[in-house]
Amino acid sequence: MLVEAQAPSGSGADDPAAPPTRRAAVAALRSLGLLVALGVLVLIALLSVWVGTRDIPFTSTWSVLWRPDGSDAAVIIHDYRIPRTLLGLLVGMALGLSGALMQALTRNPLADPGLLGVSLGASTGVVVAIAFLGVGSALGYVWFAFIGAAVASVVVHLLGSAGRAPATPDRLVVAGAAVTAVLYAFNSAVLLLDPRAFDKFRFWTVGALAGRDLGIVQVVLPFVVVGLVTALALAPSLNALAMGDQLGRALGVNVGRTRALGALSVMLLCGAATAAAGPIGFVGLVVPHVARFFVGPDQRWLLAYSMLLAPILVIGADTLGRVIGAPGEVQVGIVTAFLGAPLFLALCRRRKPATL
Amino acid sequence: MSAARKAGAPATATTGRGAPVGATKPRVVSGRVVRTRGGRVSLRVQGRALAVTSVLVVALVVITGVTLTTGDFELSVGEVLRALAGNGSGGADFIVNTLRMPRLVTALCVGAALAVSGAVLQSLTRNALGSPDIIGFTNGSATGALVVIVVFHGSMTQIAVGALIGGLATAVVVYLLVFGGGMQGFRLVVMGIGVSALLLAVNSYLITRASWQEALEAQAWLIGSLGNRGWDHAIAIGVAVAVLLPLAFGLAGRLSMVEMGDDTATALGVDVARSRVALLFVSVALAAFGTAVTGPIWFIALAAPQVARKLIRSPGPGLVPAALMGAVMLAGSDLAVQRVFSPALLPVGTATGTIGGLYLIWLLVTESRKSRV
Repeated sequence: MLVEAQAPSGSGADDPAAPPTRRAAVAALRSLGLLVALGVLVLIALLSVWVGTRDIPFTSTWSVLWRPDGSDAAVIIHDYRIPRTLLGLLVGMALGLSGALMQALTRNPLADPGLLGVSLGASTGVVVAIAFLGVGSALGYVWFAFIGAAVASVVVHLLGSAGRAPATPDRLVVAGAAVTAVLYAFNSAVLLLDPRAFDKFRFWTVGALAGRDLGIVQVVLPFVVVGLVTALALAPSLNALAMGDQLGRALGVNVGRTRALGALSVMLLCGAATAAAGPIGFVGLVVPHVARFFVGPDQRWLLAYSMLLAPILVIGADTLGRVIGAPGEVQVGIVTAFLGAPLFLALCRRRKPATL
Repeated sequence: MSAARKAGAPATATTGRGAPVGATKPRVVSGRVVRTRGGRVSLRVQGRALAVTSVLVVALVVITGVTLTTGDFELSVGEVLRALAGNGSGGADFIVNTLRMPRLVTALCVGAALAVSGAVLQSLTRNALGSPDIIGFTNGSATGALVVIVVFHGSMTQIAVGALIGGLATAVVVYLLVFGGGMQGFRLVVMGIGVSALLLAVNSYLITRASWQEALEAQAWLIGSLGNRGWDHAIAIGVAVAVLLPLAFGLAGRLSMVEMGDDTATALGVDVARSRVALLFVSVALAAFGTAVTGPIWFIALAAPQVARKLIRSPGPGLVPAALMGAVMLAGSDLAVQRVFSPALLPVGTATGTIGGLYLIWLLVTESRKSRV
């Protein structure tokens, strides 16, 4: 869906000196692109409802989608596939936006909730809640996932920026890996020592959309909405910050407030996504880069595109996992890693200073 | 090479004491040179290296003793020795020779293998973080081993071969990815972390394809475990170590020259490209065989060589102390998880993973203090 055939540098598009007609044309083209992305998202969602382990012909899928008649097909679609698709939509939006926000706030092209230990922090929160506090409901998990995500991201950033050296992307990635190693070992130990908790944790396990009901969607929805609104409202300030804090201040941005709100939004989105579906890696890393390829560095467009492209990836990966894994399925987190890791490596190989 | 070995032949010490090695002063060759009478064999012996090595050997003996005598059934040293000699009572014989000994031998050999693998690789990449567990070789070996376990239900030997193929393939991929940018710096590490993440996804996928019982076992295996290790495991890793460690020690001299830089090494008469390939192969093979037996164990390969190096303050990669340090660390960690969390069966990888992450954090903080990234 190459609707933008313009240079990814974004030069000229947002240049106030560019002729107004050209700017209007670019804006129109990008809006059209958003509409196309929305169309693709709807199609993917329909595909996700239609495709599965049980073959249901498209015509009957379409009819029971609107008129549930109590048949097997209707039960499968309404009790299994629709919640799953909605969850994918929500989780995708949250992950894509939090990744784009992270990359903008840290000016780090390699930022991703999974790589920077935020997802595992959320997992650890859930493990602690289950094993030590006997929390059993999804609503309970969410809070602990938030706390875990917050603590882990703060720790990783402190480590990455420790000492006199600046917090380079590379150092943050290594700090993320270190924190992840500790948390992973801790989680494994706790779960292996407590079979009861392991049994509960297993259904929450590695990034999957299966086996969740609509309840979890309702639980995390408010958090995701607050995070989304906060993130989108921050977009203009993020543009001003792209040149560095000092210039941002000169342009009238309250830098501290923007950073704090941005971090809060990342934690809300990331915590909600992880609490709902378990840790799903690489979505937050890959999607903003794809979006940047289409619309360049303008954060307003970038966030909007990330928000639509990420659920396409998540729901698509989930559907793909059901197709290639039939009669079982491949968890969505595994599929996204397969799609995302090569891109991560390609980015590392290029290592041009990122245009953020 | 600063391995503290005594020359086998009657030796006379000659003078050759260098300046004491300070933390800030440039590295100077230190120690005493020991030569045979004809001068055909000469060795540099450092007091510090000798002391550290001796302490490690003592620690090994202590850990061995404690592992074999304590546990659910207390045995006296005499009972253990009799059982080892093959004339102990039935119970003691079973506990020592079937339960405790193979596990201990496995731990010691895997620890030594991982540590030497890490020492060689860190030296080749000139990077403290360039160890097989961080840059994905261990995960690659695990992938190869898992394919054999899950898909082919292979024997121990086949699993080891699978792990070797997986590790080598990963090494080739990582090498090609960083090719042109040099094997140095954080770039290699970040690339390795990316490759690692991908392989972790592959491993999780392989586990989901396994049956439920297999999946539980594989899950414990994936974090690195020494539980239920019998003589077939111990012998497999023992043979690998017996073959590969001497190879590594034999290449150590070239390794310390390659560490000085390609030009220097070439001027000193070392075929850099060939040495590098040989060393890389030995390093990957050691990590792969260790992983085949226990699963991907974190931290030993990363930390053991560096801790040994810091203790000895040696300028070069001291492989012998590193091997001893690795053996002490893994056997010690295993002893700890067996006794502290008893009766629960915690995989040893949970202990090494925790310590390893913390060590990595400490490394990051101190490196940034020096501002040398």
